[in-house]
Amino acid sequence: MSDLAQARTFDEFLEGIWRQNPVFVMVLGMCPTLAVTVSAVNALSMGLATAFVLVCSCGLVSLIRNIVPKEVRIATYIVIIATFVTVVDYVIQAVSLAVYEALGAFIQLIVVNCIILGRAEAHASKHPPITAMVNALGMSIGFVIGLLALGAVREVLGAGTLFGLPLFGANFQPWVVMVLPPGGFIVLGAWLLLFSALKRRKEARLAAPGGGHGA
Amino acid sequence: MKASVEIRSAPHIKGPRSVEQIMANVVYSLAPVCAFFVYQYGISAAASILVVTAACLLAERAFVRSGTQAGSLSDFSATITGLLLALTLPPGFPLWMGAVAGVAAIALGKALFGGIGFNVFNPALVGRAFVQAAFPAAIATYTPSFLPGRFTQFIPSSLAWPLMAPADAAAWLKAMQFDALASATPLAKWKFEGALTAIDDLLTALSGHIASGPSPLLILTCGAYLALRRFMDWRIPVAVLGSAGLAAWLIHLADAKYPDAFFVLSSGGLVLGAVYMATDMATSPVTPRGMWLYGGLIGVLTVVIRYYSGLPEGVMYAILIGNAATPLIERVTQPTPFGKGVSIQARKSASYTLHPDYISREEAGAKTPKKRFLKNKGKS
Repeated sequence: MSDLAQARTFDEFLEGIWRQNPVFVMVLGMCPTLAVTVSAVNALSMGLATAFVLVCSCGLVSLIRNIVPKEVRIATYIVIIATFVTVVDYVIQAVSLAVYEALGAFIQLIVVNCIILGRAEAHASKHPPITAMVNALGMSIGFVIGLLALGAVREVLGAGTLFGLPLFGANFQPWVVMVLPPGGFIVLGAWLLLFSALKRRKEARLAAPGGGHGA
Repeated sequence: MKASVEIRSAPHIKGPRSVEQIMANVVYSLAPVCAFFVYQYGISAAASILVVTAACLLAERAFVRSGTQAGSLSDFSATITGLLLALTLPPGFPLWMGAVAGVAAIALGKALFGGIGFNVFNPALVGRAFVQAAFPAAIATYTPSFLPGRFTQFIPSSLAWPLMAPADAAAWLKAMQFDALASATPLAKWKFEGALTAIDDLLTALSGHIASGPSPLLILTCGAYLALRRFMDWRIPVAVLGSAGLAAWLIHLADAKYPDAFFVLSSGGLVLGAVYMATDMATSPVTPRGMWLYGGLIGVLTVVIRYYSGLPEGVMYAILIGNAATPLIERVTQPTPFGKGVSIQARKSASYTLHPDYISREEAGAKTPKKRFLKNKGKS
C-alpha cells in the first residue's frame, strides 16, 4: 500500500518534468518563456520565481479546497497567487536590482501565468496538499528546465557567454537575432521539433513488432 | 498489375514539363550570372557560391532523408536556393555565415513547410533575412568590384573562423588605397551620402570599383531566356520592374531629391529579385491577374522601403511580404470559369480559359511530393 502511494507520489513529481513538461509538452506560459529567456541568468531567476509562486499557491489552494464555494474559486485562486507574486516581486527587488530590471513587468505578470492557474484549477483543487505540492514542484522543475534550455542556447549564440562567462573569447561574433524576439521563437521551435522527433521515434519503436525490448 | 482509377482535381490538361526540367533550366540560366559575379569579385565570390550552395544541398539531404520534407536532391531546387542566396550576399561575406544562411534557408524556409512546393516564402530570401537579422554588420560590408589580385587573394573577411567576427575589410581596403565610399553599394551611397552612380555603370556593372552585384543587363538576358522558353512567367518581372519604375518616377516628379526611375531600377538587387526570386513558382500567384497584382505590390513596396525606411535596400522584405500576400491575391483574382457569370458580372471580372503556362506539379513522370500518391506510381 505504502509502496504504491509512494510510487504514485513520485509519478506526480516526474509528470511535470518530462511527460507533461509545461514548456515543451503543454506549451503553456509562453509569454515569459519567449520574453525573458535572452540569457540563462534571466531564465533561471524567472523559473525560480515562478516555481516559488506555483508551489506555495498550489499548497494553499489545496488546503482550502473544501472551504471555497465553487462560484468564487477562480477569484480566490487569483488572490492567493497575487499574494505570492507580490512576495516574489519584493524579494527579487531586494536581492538583485539588476535581475529585477532585466525581468521587468514579467515578474508581476507571473500572476496571469497560465501554468499556475491551470495547476491550481486542474490539480491542486482536487488533491490533498502534499500531493498538490509535489506535483507543483515537478511542474516548476520542468518549467525551469524549459526556460534554461531556451535561455542557454540564446545566450551562447546571442552573446557568446553562458551565465555571464565568456565561452569563445573576445573575437566572438554575436548572432543578434538570437536576443531579439524572433530568436525566441526559432529556438523554441527547434526544441519542440527535437522533442516531437524523440517522441515519434519512441512511438515507432513501441509500435514495431517486438518493440520496447532490447534493440 | 492491378488497374487503378485516379481521382484528382483540375487541371487535367498538362504540359510535358517536369519540376526537374524547369529547375535545371533555371540553374543553367543562372550560370552566366554566377560566372560574372566571380569575374567581378574573384575567388571570394567563387568560394561563397560553393559554400552556400553546399550548405543548402547538405541541409536538403538531411531533411529529405529524415523524412521531414518531400522532394529529392536531384530536382535542383536546393541548388537554385543556394546560388540565389550566394548572389544576394556580399562577396566578402564570411563563409561560415554563408553556411548558416544556407542551412537556415532550407530549414526555416523549406523543410518547416514540408519541402518543395509547400514553402510559403522564397527559401533563399528566408535565409538572407535570417543572416540579415543575425549579422547586420557583416551583411552590410561590401567591397568594390574588380580589385587587383582578386583571383589570387581572398577578401580577408571571407576567411573568418566559425563563430568568430570577420576581419576588418575597411583596413584592408585602405592598405590598397581605396576610400570608404568605394565599398558602399550604390543605394547606400545615395541614401547616406547623397551621391548618385552613373546609370551605365550600374547597368553593365563593368566599370571598376563599384560595390554592386552582377550586371542587371546580364540578369535580364538570362531571365529573357527563361521567359521565352516559358520556364517563368514574364508578367511578374514586368510587373515588379514596371511598378517600381512608375512609383519612383512619380515620386521623382513630386520631389526632385529622390533619384530618377532608372537609378531605382538598375541599382541594388531589384532586377535579380524581380527575375529570379519573385517568380518562384511555389510562392507566387498562378492567376494572371494575380501575377500583375503581386508584382505591382512588390515593386511599390521596394521603392517605399528604399525611400522611407532606415534600410538602403528593400527588395528582400518586399518579396517576402508579396509571398505572404499570395494566398489572398489568388483568392481575390480567381478567374471565372468559362460560361459562368455571363450576365452583368461578365464585364467586371474577365474570364480566362485555361492558361497555357499553367504548370502542374503532378504531371506524368514528375516525382510526386506527397507519399500518399506513391501507390499510383505503378500504373501503366
